[in-house]
Amino acid sequence: MAQEQKQPRKSGEEQDATEVAPESDVAERKEALDDDVDAILDEIDDVLESNAEDFVKSFIQKGGE
Amino acid sequence: MSVRRVMGTEVEYGISVQGMPTANPMVASSQVVNAYASATVRARRARWDFEEESPLRDARGFDMSRQVADPTQLTDEDLGLANVILTNGARLYVDHAHPEYSTPEVVTPLDIVRWDKAGEQVMLDAARLAQQLPGNPSIVLYKNNTDNKGASYGSHENYLMRRSTPFADIVRHLTPFFVSRQVFCGAGRVGKGQDGREQGYQISQRADFFEVEVGLETTLKRPIINTRDEPHADPEKYRRLHVIIGDANLSEIATYLKVGTTSLVLAMIEDRFIGHDLTVDTPVASLRAVSHDPTLRQTITLADGRRLTGVQLQLEYLDLAKKYVEDRLGADADEQTLDVLARWEDVLDRLEHDPMSLADQLDWVAKLKLLEQYRSRDGLEWDDAKLQLIDYQYSDVRPERGLYHRLVKAGRIQRLLGDEEVERAMTEPPEQTRAYFRGRCLEKYAAHVAAASWDSVIFDLPGRESLQRVPTMDPMRGSKAHVGQLIDACDTAEALVAALTR
Repeated sequence: MAQEQKQPRKSGEEQDATEVAPESDVAERKEALDDDVDAILDEIDDVLESNAEDFVKSFIQKGGE
Repeated sequence: MSVRRVMGTEVEYGISVQGMPTANPMVASSQVVNAYASATVRARRARWDFEEESPLRDARGFDMSRQVADPTQLTDEDLGLANVILTNGARLYVDHAHPEYSTPEVVTPLDIVRWDKAGEQVMLDAARLAQQLPGNPSIVLYKNNTDNKGASYGSHENYLMRRSTPFADIVRHLTPFFVSRQVFCGAGRVGKGQDGREQGYQISQRADFFEVEVGLETTLKRPIINTRDEPHADPEKYRRLHVIIGDANLSEIATYLKVGTTSLVLAMIEDRFIGHDLTVDTPVASLRAVSHDPTLRQTITLADGRRLTGVQLQLEYLDLAKKYVEDRLGADADEQTLDVLARWEDVLDRLEHDPMSLADQLDWVAKLKLLEQYRSRDGLEWDDAKLQLIDYQYSDVRPERGLYHRLVKAGRIQRLLGDEEVERAMTEPPEQTRAYFRGRCLEKYAAHVAAASWDSVIFDLPGRESLQRVPTMDPMRGSKAHVGQLIDACDTAEALVAALTR
């Protein structure tokens, strides 16, 4: 899957599958990056909380169950 | 023999108060539950019956003045009591530091989806109503399972099973299924390890929080198979299998498959149909290994020496289930059982050959696709806060903000139900179980229902000294077929109780 190409720090823990991205993934990624994608990302940009870092820091939950 | 059985889900929602990161989550959760109860429960608010030794006396002891108190005036002790039953037969309450919604008992996977999604809408309304409280708290709820900082909260499933099935059989045959079913019902997570210290994406929200194979705990040392045994039914005949390993799904198809396939596997276990042993060597480590590899190539070792991927292990169960349904039901198999089998097969096939083609069906794939699009467009690394934000916000229950909802709106995620069907399920009970009796009583005789629970409805009737407890120990009785006409015909609670006790 495409993410393997961009993952610089992979800890090998519990991963014995080879981490080589097959050529076909490149084509798949290109295909995925059409105008359609831009449209949905533009829309999601509009609704994403504005300060990602602050938001992530403040999202603290207590355990449950 | 099919996907049908008495079942339900219970979901704890993540909660945050905007602009107040240090707000007490118990207070906020109580505000949410109480705001919904005050706005929707007419006349008297029926209490949850905790089934003490002397239910009548305990029920009598409820202090009604506390129930109408403004939530902001309640002390911590009172806050723990926020706990109501809705006219759809569901329970809405505060569990620990989260608002929780338990669906009414239903008998099909599609009805699980219906009343589980209705729960999301109840939570949405509840948070909006809470905003009208003094101080106008802006409370946002998330249908997810972790803050990626070490805390996890649950999304549980409950399945009624035959008591006669040996628990060891359940453990043996269900554990490999639970280790691998995440490949279609994982909700996806940015971060690895309980506190998310390791970067990357994984299939499941919950996998990293499971530490043992079998146990009673749910909050620490979480087990793959939970042994809690409160059947809320005749314990001689039934057990309630309390499943704590699932993720909270937004995708209707993921929820449908999660529950439908699990119910089928349980049927095979009850009927002793699973001949060969699919035991996994190291279930806890395997659960995590499968979750940590969204390429789905990770293999796990079976006790018989075979090495299978999570998808291949699921294919073993699918194969058994197809044979089982063919063998036991043949041409008589019901529509939903056949639909679950067909979808299960299609999803596993796609996971084998083209997982990303499931971005319109499964949560973890939809989320991954979105994250990859952002990574690609903006050149983001996995430790970028924006990716973490996308993970959280995917599960935001607000249609205007939640990314799942935005994807649905944009036609990028398939649904099984329409908005109107889900909306109806917010107030109407399922018809096939005792939830029908509970819900109709709450709707029609609200002023005279003092308390209720899964296995009872307690009436406080004018002119009667003691409370009248109507037990509902059999989950399949109290259905519309049983009591629909009776409730229609009884204009008052007195008439209903008189008819029931005649």
